[in-house]
Amino acid sequence: MAIEHIEIPVLLNQLESSLIELTEQRQITDPIVIGIHTGGVWVAEKIHNWLNIKEPLALLDISFYRDDFSQIGMHPKVKQSTLPFTIEGRDIILIDDVFYTGRTIRAALNEIFEFGRPNQVILGVLIERNGREVPIRPDCVGAQVSLAEGQRIKLTGPEPLDLMIERRRHARD
Amino acid sequence: MRIEIVNGHIIDPQNGFDQQGSLYIAEGKIIGMMHAPEGFAADTSINAQGRIVCPGFVDLSARLREPGQSHKATMKSETKAAASAGFTSLCIPPDTSPVIDSPAIVELIEDKAEKCDYPHIYPIAALTQKLAGTELSSMHALKKAGCIAVSHGHHALQDLLILRRAMEYAASYDLLLIYCPQEAALSNKGCAHEGAMASRYGLPGIPAAAETIALVQCMELIEQTGCRVHFQGLSCARSVDLIAKAKIAGLPVSAGVAMHQLHLTDQDMRPYDSHYHVIPPLRSQQDKDALLVGIQNNIIDSICSDHQPHDVDAKLGAFPETEPGISALETVLPLMLRLVEQKNLSLTQGIEKLSTEPARILGLNAGGLAVNNVADVCIFNTNESWQINAKTWQSRGQNTPFWQDTMYGKVTHTLQSGKIIYLAER
Amino acid sequence: MLAIENLQLNTQGKLRHFLSIEGLNKDLLTEILDTAESFAGASEQSIKKFPLLRGKTIVNLFFENSTRTRATFELAATRLSADILSMNIATSATSKGESLLDTIRNMEAMQVDMFVVRHSLSGAAHFIAQHTAPHINVINAGDGQHEHPTQAMLDMFTIRRVKKQFAGLRVAIVGDILHSRVARSQILALNMLGVEEVRVIAPKTLLPAQVEELGVSVYYDMHVGLKNVDVIIMLRLQKERMNSTFLPSENEYFKCFGLTDEKLKIANRDAVVMHPGPINRGVEIASSVADGPQSVILQQVSNGIAVRMAVLSMTMNGNRGAE
Repeated sequence: MAIEHIEIPVLLNQLESSLIELTEQRQITDPIVIGIHTGGVWVAEKIHNWLNIKEPLALLDISFYRDDFSQIGMHPKVKQSTLPFTIEGRDIILIDDVFYTGRTIRAALNEIFEFGRPNQVILGVLIERNGREVPIRPDCVGAQVSLAEGQRIKLTGPEPLDLMIERRRHARD
Repeated sequence: MRIEIVNGHIIDPQNGFDQQGSLYIAEGKIIGMMHAPEGFAADTSINAQGRIVCPGFVDLSARLREPGQSHKATMKSETKAAASAGFTSLCIPPDTSPVIDSPAIVELIEDKAEKCDYPHIYPIAALTQKLAGTELSSMHALKKAGCIAVSHGHHALQDLLILRRAMEYAASYDLLLIYCPQEAALSNKGCAHEGAMASRYGLPGIPAAAETIALVQCMELIEQTGCRVHFQGLSCARSVDLIAKAKIAGLPVSAGVAMHQLHLTDQDMRPYDSHYHVIPPLRSQQDKDALLVGIQNNIIDSICSDHQPHDVDAKLGAFPETEPGISALETVLPLMLRLVEQKNLSLTQGIEKLSTEPARILGLNAGGLAVNNVADVCIFNTNESWQINAKTWQSRGQNTPFWQDTMYGKVTHTLQSGKIIYLAER
Repeated sequence: MLAIENLQLNTQGKLRHFLSIEGLNKDLLTEILDTAESFAGASEQSIKKFPLLRGKTIVNLFFENSTRTRATFELAATRLSADILSMNIATSATSKGESLLDTIRNMEAMQVDMFVVRHSLSGAAHFIAQHTAPHINVINAGDGQHEHPTQAMLDMFTIRRVKKQFAGLRVAIVGDILHSRVARSQILALNMLGVEEVRVIAPKTLLPAQVEELGVSVYYDMHVGLKNVDVIIMLRLQKERMNSTFLPSENEYFKCFGLTDEKLKIANRDAVVMHPGPINRGVEIASSVADGPQSVILQQVSNGIAVRMAVLSMTMNGNRGAE
C-alpha cells in the first residue's frame, strides 16, 4: 500500500475490526489489553475504549528486556510497567504501534511471561512493515507497508495521532 | 693527565671569579687559570666556548641504594647518573641496609666507591645504633673511618634526651649534625601536606608544625650542646623564619632544601600520582615562595638533590602505601637554570648553592676552582633542550614527576680529581 | 586545583568507571538519579529481576570489611541478572601479602567484567581503574578517607524524592567529617546539584584542614548550625574516635553533637533526618529521632539498591565509547 494514502482513522478501524473478528472467533470474553510504551499505549487506549473493557489498560515498558542493551545501553527514563495482579490463565490483547523486526514483541512476551502464564496472547499492531528478524508475526494489523532501505515509520501523538516517515539515522528498532 | 679547558665562562663563587677564561689541570689539581703555566702542554683540550665552567656540584643528600637495596639502584648506576649531572661529591645518608653505624660498613662503602671509579663518596654516620633512636652510635670510630657528618635520616627521633646526648657527643668530636626536622607524633602516617588538597583527596596530612616544632626542639639544644647543625629538607615558610632568627642570634646553623621543593607545590600534584609522593611533602604556594626568598637572602645556604631512586613496585599502589622519594640527580641542573630564567636566582647564586656552600658546610676541600684546588669541574650549557625519557635518563630509578618533560641545560663534561668522568655524546 | 584526570568518562562523556563525584557534572548526576528512579519503580513491583546484565561477572573486591555495602551491591547485581562474586581480602599491617596490582591481575585472569572496590587507602579505586584491563569497569565502594560516591548518590536520590528539588535547600552534615569519605562525596554532589548551602557541624578535631575550600560553611555549634536547615545528615562516629586524641567521651560528644528531638526542633519544621548507617543510638542520634517521623533512614537503605543498580548498568555499558 502506498504510504501517502494512509490515514489514521482508517488504520484504527481496520485494526479494530480485525481484533473483534478474532476475539469472537476464539470466544474471548474478558481480555486484558496491554499497550507497549509509547506509541502502542496510544493505540491501545483507543482499542481499550472501543472494546469497552472494564479492567484498566495495562502498560508495558520493555527497556529492561531489550536484547540490544550492550549496543545502545541504558535509557535513563524508563516508564513503569503496570500489569494487573495476576496474568495467570488470562487472555491478553497486546498492542503496539509499528511492528518491524519483532524484537520488541519478543521482549514484551518475555516480560509478560515473567508475571505468569497467560491463556493466550493476541498481537495487534497499527502498521506491519517489512524487515522481520524473528519468527513472530502480528495477528491483527491496520495495514501492511513496504519501506525503502534507510526509511523508518513512526507514530506521533498522543493527540492528534499521525504517521511520519523519516530517514533512519542509526540501527534501532 | 694534563687537561686544558679553554674559552669557557668560568663562575667560581668561592673565589669571586666570574669571567671568560681557561683552566689548566695536571695531576688531579688546578695548576693555572687564565694563562697556561710555563711549559704546559695539554694532553686533552676541552673547548668550553659558549658554556659555563664551574666547580663540580656537591650533593648533601644522595641515596645510592647500596648496601642493601640494590633492587632499586646500585652505586655504579647512580654514580654514573651523578657524573652525567655534574656532581663530583656525594654524601650518602645513613639509612642504608645495614645502617651506617659501624666502621665496617663505611669501609664497605668506600670499597664499592673505589670500584665504581668515583672516589668522592662521603658516608654520613647514623646518630644512633641501627637508627633505632635508643643508643648512641660509635661516632668517633665512624668519623675516623671516614664519615663526614652524622644524621638520623628521615627517622624521627622520638626521645629528646637521646637527641640531646647525641648532639653533645657529636659536638665533642666536632661532627656536623645533619638534621631533617620531623616530629614523630604530628607527622604520624601522613603522606601529604595538611591542607585543602589533602582534605579533598582524603590523604593523611603532615602539618607544617611537624617540621617547625622539631626544628625548634633541636635548635634549643644547640647552644647547650655546642653542636653544629645543618637543617636539611626544609619545606615550610615558618622554618625559614626560624633559621633566620637563629643565624641572627649567632647559632652555628646552616639550612638546605631539596631542589624539587623550590618548584613544586601541592597544587602541582596530579591526583594520586605517586611520583609526587615525597617526604617532607610538597607544600603550599606560600611555603614555596618563602623558600625561594630564603634562598635569595642566603638564609637557606644550600640546595641538594635528595636523590631517592626507586624500583617500579615501590611507586605502584594506592598513594599512601607507595614509597616516597624522587630520583633527582639529573634534574638538578636544569631546575636550577629554570630558577635563573624565572629570575628567582642569579646563575652565580645557583652554582653557589650547589657547590660552594655545600662544600663549606661539610668542611670539604672542594667547591672552588682556585689554583691548587682538587680539579672537580663541571662544564655545562644553559640552553640545550632534551627530553627526560628512557634513552636520556641514567639513573636506575625512573621515579620523577618530570618524566617525559623537556628540560633545558645539560652537562657536557664532568671532571673529578682531574679525570674526565663524564663526556656527553656529540 | 588540578582536576582529576577523567578516567571515569569515555569519549562520549558517559560513565566508564564510577570512582568519585569529583570529575562528574550535574547532567551525569541527574542521569544517575533518573535511571535509579526507573529501577526503584520497578523494584516496587512484584518482579524485581531484569536481564540487563545477564552473563556479566561482577566481583566485589573488599579490602575492608563491610556487610551492608557488600550486601546491597550483591543484591543490585543479582537483580540485574549478573553473576556476582564477593571477595574479602585481608590486609593487615603485619602481613604484606599480595600487592594490589597482583590481586587485580589474578581476578582479571578469571574473565571478570567489573570490580566493585572498597579499600582502606585513599586513591585505591583510582589506582585500580588506571591499571586494569580496558574492558573492565571499576566502581568505588569507598576508598580510605577519599570518597564513597554510591552512598552520596543514594543520599541525593533520597533527598530528591522527599524534597522534589535541590534548589533552595540548606543541608547540614554533622559529625566526623575528617574521617568520612561519605561526607566528602556528599559535599561535592550537593554543590554540583545546586543546593543553596552546605554546612558542616563538628568539633574542630573532626574537621579536615581548610574544609571551606570544599564548598561548605563551618559551624561548631549545632544550635546555630541547624537553623533554617532542610536536611540533616548525621555521620556515624566510630568507637575508635571516642576516648582518644579526637574526643574526650561518648557522653560529651552526644551532648554537643548528638541529634535529639530538642535539637531537631531548631531546624525547619519539615526538615528530614538522614544517616548513612549503621547508627550508634545515643551517640550521634537519639533513638526517638532515628525512629521518628522526620527520619528517612530506612528509605535510604532501600534506595541504595536502586542507585547501585543504576550505577552498575550505566558503567557496564560505558565501555562502548572506549573502544
